[in-house]
Amino acid sequence: MRKKLGLSEEKIARARELASSIVSPIMEFVEGYTTVAVERATLRIAGADGADPDGVPVPNKIVDSIRASEPGLGGGALLRYADAVLRSGLAPEALNERIAAGLDICERPVSDAAAARGKAMELVSLGLDRITRNRSRREEKLREFEGRNNDPLLYLIVATGNIHEDVKQARAAALKGADVIAVIRTTAQSLLDYVPYGATTEGFGGTYATQENFRIMREALDEVAERERRYIRLTNYASGLCMPEIAAMGALERLDMMLNDSMYGILFRDINMYRTFVDQRFSRMINAFAGITINTGEDNYLTTSDAFENAHTVLASQFLNERFAREAGLPAGLMGLGHAFEMDPSIKDGFLYELAQAEMAREIFPEAPLKYMPPTKFMSGDVFQGLVMDSMFNFASKATGQGIHLLGMLTEAIHTPFMMDRFIGLETAKYVMNSMSSFADEVEFREGGLVRARAAEVLEQALSFLDEIEGKGLMEAIAAGMFADVRRPKDGGKGLEGLVKKSPDYWNPVEAELERALGIGG
Amino acid sequence: MARIVRPYGDTMDDGKVQLSFTLPVPEGPQGREAARLAVLGWGFKDCEVVHSDAISDDFSFYVAYASTDKGVDYDSARPDAAAETSMSMDEIDEFIRERLGRKVVIVGACTGFDAHTVGIDAIMNMKGYNHHYGLERYRMVEAHNLGAQVPNERLIEYAEKAGADALLVSQVVTQKDVHIGNLTELIELLEAKGERGRFVCVAGGPRIGNKLAVELGFDAGFGRGSYANDVAAFVAKKIVEKKKAR
Repeated sequence: MRKKLGLSEEKIARARELASSIVSPIMEFVEGYTTVAVERATLRIAGADGADPDGVPVPNKIVDSIRASEPGLGGGALLRYADAVLRSGLAPEALNERIAAGLDICERPVSDAAAARGKAMELVSLGLDRITRNRSRREEKLREFEGRNNDPLLYLIVATGNIHEDVKQARAAALKGADVIAVIRTTAQSLLDYVPYGATTEGFGGTYATQENFRIMREALDEVAERERRYIRLTNYASGLCMPEIAAMGALERLDMMLNDSMYGILFRDINMYRTFVDQRFSRMINAFAGITINTGEDNYLTTSDAFENAHTVLASQFLNERFAREAGLPAGLMGLGHAFEMDPSIKDGFLYELAQAEMAREIFPEAPLKYMPPTKFMSGDVFQGLVMDSMFNFASKATGQGIHLLGMLTEAIHTPFMMDRFIGLETAKYVMNSMSSFADEVEFREGGLVRARAAEVLEQALSFLDEIEGKGLMEAIAAGMFADVRRPKDGGKGLEGLVKKSPDYWNPVEAELERALGIGG
Repeated sequence: MARIVRPYGDTMDDGKVQLSFTLPVPEGPQGREAARLAVLGWGFKDCEVVHSDAISDDFSFYVAYASTDKGVDYDSARPDAAAETSMSMDEIDEFIRERLGRKVVIVGACTGFDAHTVGIDAIMNMKGYNHHYGLERYRMVEAHNLGAQVPNERLIEYAEKAGADALLVSQVVTQKDVHIGNLTELIELLEAKGERGRFVCVAGGPRIGNKLAVELGFDAGFGRGSYANDVAAFVAKKIVEKKKAR
């Protein structure tokens, strides 16, 4: 990639050093803990699934029962489940049904730990093999349909609340050229400490993420992919209280992307920071193993505060997300670091600043498939003006080689998109991007000019911001409101009760196997 | 005196409108004719379908122009707005200082499961929105923004402790009318505690009108295009009004 901004390589390297030293104490903390969600994700990979008549998922029943009995969850959940499988002589599916019907696997202590361990390893292998097969299938299809996707990938959202209706809209979008379909989750699913079970047809502002819904959409998109000879990626949200569990379910059903941010839940959903830091690592390890591209949530910094003044917080967060991702074994090629086109349209030369920041992200993270988000904050009921803003965004994205392009909707400020809104978004983006296809190769940015100066300024600001965080400590910085103007106390927020200290006998072969496969220290 | 007006294309009273819509049929001559007939069926005259395209195998998109001879009596139109006479930030600060002589305490939140802070932030955050400063910037307002996903109970509890004069509730998600339930619940909780009269209650959101908000028991509702000064002007006047009534 040709660099055009003349950014200081030393400063970029310094920012990475700072990110590393900010994240390292967090990782030390993370190592000593597990969470209910990490344990449930582990159980799901080993085959635990289903729900009782009240809708309580089997993995929750198992984990809750282990927590309530001696010696608790500190040793991990898998040994007990494997022991129950062994003792019952049943296949996991049949045992799951018994658990759903009321069987408590903690009624008796583990009888033969060595045999249970053997059984657990067998169950884990089955799950991990399935994920590996999914990964190979994706890679195979991407090779088969090479060169057929748009560049950047055109990403569209469906959000009807009904998975079957979502399928219709997703199919239409994919046929018209979408490369990525994201099924938006129902409002507040991020705050549920369980993942609902089965196909769902009711949701608010989105559709429940369930494993069955994943499967239904996957099947529909695979069908379109064969017909169009273009691989269609499926996206969901490994975020909120069930971050690692949804990563596991997505890996099992061959999702291709997951919204997954190391701090988003803390800042924007008021989830406890200890819980989030533990959960995000395990979820990212699963994503990394499954070849799932993460999409980080830096766009949120700009929707809640001013996009010009706070551009550096986006860059600082990208450095931190990158570091957290590396710690979880995620390669740069799977880091869809986020940013957004959210500047006040009345700012003179605002487009040039957007261009500078998008190019800056591109040059600082050359291998990352950057996830670029469209204007939302200044979209209004004026759909005509909105379409022009989206077109400027499309231009900036193509001109700076972004990787994942979330298509703007001209009705952004009005309603969840009509089918025709997506169609207009796709058609106009394809026009803009095709007609300026080689633009990036044709232009340079003038030395001493506005674009270079803006990029240098944002990098400088990000550097001093990271410096300040490093001095304070990340958790203290979050508590002091240094990110997104919200203060999150260490012991505050949702989900802290789900944090569990690992005991010396903690045993989790999924974690161990992922660490081995990803080449990261445990 | 009635003043009848019609849409204006390029000639007075030509009644021209532009329409775009999707039909669940394949694209083609039959779809285009169906689109034209649909527009005429809605009461328009002289419909011309100027563009059609396939959205998928079974859906097609149309752009049409048509004209209407139906007029509307402009003078009979009564806007659904609480802020008929808004004030600027400085005027509001001055108004509060003169009439109340103390800061007005306003507590705002996006309630229920609604996670979208964009509305409440536009009204409350220092920065405001579109060059209208938010309530935090007002010298005579003490603004508390509780953010998103705040249960109604917590909002009330907080408002009691903070000695709030007014509650601002934002609802952005309105799919399946979830906002109606949230807004109704707040008023019912306040009434059950005998505290409805204690607070000026204001609802807001892109699809919340004043009429709806008043129907649900609020003092006012602010929809699309409202800014912090519209809300603050209403709240300040309402508090002064309440003070006089006492």
